[in-house]
Amino acid sequence: MGLFSIFIGAALVNNYVLSRFLGICPFLGVSTKVATSLGMGIAVTFVMTLASIITHLVQVAVLENFGIEYLQTIAFILIIAALVQFVEMFLKKSSPSLYEALGVYLPLITTNCAVLGLAIINVTEGYDIIETIVNSLGAAIGFTIAIVLFAGIRERLETADVPEPLKGFPIALITAGLMSIAFLGFAGLAL
Amino acid sequence: MNYMRILKNGLIDENPTFVQLLGMCPTLAVTTSAINGIGMGAATTVVLLGSNLVISSLRKVIPDKIRIPAFVVIIATFVTIIDMFMNAYAYDLYQALGLFIPLIVVNCLILGRAESYSSKNAVLPSAVDGIAMGLGFTLALALLGSVREILGAGSIFGFHLFGEAFKPALVMILPPGAFIVLGLLIAGINVISKKKTA
Repeated sequence: MGLFSIFIGAALVNNYVLSRFLGICPFLGVSTKVATSLGMGIAVTFVMTLASIITHLVQVAVLENFGIEYLQTIAFILIIAALVQFVEMFLKKSSPSLYEALGVYLPLITTNCAVLGLAIINVTEGYDIIETIVNSLGAAIGFTIAIVLFAGIRERLETADVPEPLKGFPIALITAGLMSIAFLGFAGLAL
Repeated sequence: MNYMRILKNGLIDENPTFVQLLGMCPTLAVTTSAINGIGMGAATTVVLLGSNLVISSLRKVIPDKIRIPAFVVIIATFVTIIDMFMNAYAYDLYQALGLFIPLIVVNCLILGRAESYSSKNAVLPSAVDGIAMGLGFTLALALLGSVREILGAGSIFGFHLFGEAFKPALVMILPPGAFIVLGLLIAGINVISKKKTA
């Protein structure tokens, strides 16, 4: 499979949020404003790409090398938690402006299942390091597209006349369902 | 009596899915059929019970500053155990749930209970809380899975309900159906709970 089709597949056809259901918590939680959701998207892109490179290296160099693949879940979640913490400290020192922009979203990413899910998918699909990077970028950009579009719709929903029982969470879920139907259309792409 | 209250709390008053809206990823992803929903719920309940037991018994030992990483390692240990157990004894379910078994680690419901309940309470209430929250989660997943299976495949637990003429709405077992059915279920529960208080 070519790199381009991996990228489009991760970003649109198998969108991580709308068809694989990874990263639903931030998708529903941090999507009331377009600006904040864009910040979340950028932070996720950064962490996802870095995390999948490191987990890939650990998988090959440590887990497979010593035949301890069963420790994958524990190892990966620790790597992601440590990485998020490290990125936070690094940005604070080296780039305060970027830290200001991403700061609040970084700790939330540890419990974003898209990051761990992506790392595990990269391993089960048997991607090499280049394919891993491309797949992660695609997944992260797909996440950003989905969350920003969703936030745009939710901003408009604020002023809409929604029936009382549907207010808040239910209408957001139904909106996400309709977006998911729209994204199903990408399945027709011949790659 | 006290334990009954914890049980009711987990099942109804603070139902993890319908009221607290926690653990949405597995809720939406695996509920393509009733049996998958129950399987996921059972696996989560076991992890929740185990992690609540260990965390509450270690609550005085774990330093406050590193409690989150400590909780995550404890949870990940139980997830690895259940992962291997299901691979060995429930292979069909293991195949159906796939990626979402290791992802139980990042189910915010489990970390949420560790942080808000079992790190502050004694072992026995924590165990009951784990079972109660797990059952509440299982109940919600079973309900969502049943509705989607009936609408999307015309069957329940793989048992066909309608005749040949029934054309199932396939979209209900595709990803969009998950969002829409859960949205409508929560709306329905809002209507019922409003009537009760009114």
